[in-house]
Amino acid sequence: MEAFSPLTAALGGVLIGLASAVLWLGNGRIAGISGIFGQLLPPAQTVVWRVVFLVALVAATALTALAFPQIGVGGVEPAQLAAPPAAWSIPMPVWLIAAGLLTGLGTKIGNGCTSGHGVCGLARLSLRSLVAVLVFFGVAILTVTVTGIV
Amino acid sequence: MAVLRLPYLATAVLSGALFGAGLYVSQMVDPLKVLRFLDFTAIPSGGWDPSLAFVIVPAILVMFIAVRIGKGRATPLFDITFHEPEYRKIDRRLVGGAALFGLGWGMSGICPGPAISLIAFQPDGLWIFLAAMFAGSLAGSLILPSGHQRRLSDAAS
Repeated sequence: MEAFSPLTAALGGVLIGLASAVLWLGNGRIAGISGIFGQLLPPAQTVVWRVVFLVALVAATALTALAFPQIGVGGVEPAQLAAPPAAWSIPMPVWLIAAGLLTGLGTKIGNGCTSGHGVCGLARLSLRSLVAVLVFFGVAILTVTVTGIV
Repeated sequence: MAVLRLPYLATAVLSGALFGAGLYVSQMVDPLKVLRFLDFTAIPSGGWDPSLAFVIVPAILVMFIAVRIGKGRATPLFDITFHEPEYRKIDRRLVGGAALFGLGWGMSGICPGPAISLIAFQPDGLWIFLAAMFAGSLAGSLILPSGHQRRLSDAAS
């Protein structure tokens, strides 16, 4: 499914917004996935809710794919990761390790990712998050342009 | 302890489930679709996919309303305080971290939410990416000043 999909995009966006709203008004927590994922190791008292959140996230992804396979990737189409630029002759695992390390390191040092800074931070009108969002979107767009990965 | 009570954990389950459903329905779980948004070079040819913007804007609007509702309350429903982010300073750490993340995101089309969400579909190479992301996050916590108070005083200076 190549095409622009504004309706499912907006519906999914509302669901993600509701997820953030529920966690904020219920538990007073920011639904930032890098933060939830990055603090799975001790100090331990908050580990339980982080684990159940992530398990529910994976389960709901699988269940909605079963219920609405026509939406596409993961439903009727196999999900696949992007291969490195062919001309660079970099092995796929090396590319994935580099991308994963950068994502983990960057979100830890910068205190957030697309959900924490992008959704929650901008909704809280945080200037810090606005700066982070402009930087990571800018660098990501530049990276895609330079690598020609798409 | 509040964080182990049933309503608290049920809230975490509901939030995680809404998040996972949202990532699938919006197709942001698909790294190639995210990359087609990040590929601004495709704008002139008409091949650009603006979907990601149509995901994040409604998400922000819904959360914006929730933040306004929260401002009228002393506490969230199931905890004794709103855990506001404590770091306020715009510093090299924030900008540098965001830049590193942007590089990784542009290489893969995978940000942390979809990375976890993709476990539902197990595409080839996902566990390598997840292990590296976890290792990167651990490495980051070693680089950051140790100790909560030290980080706070650092952030306030």
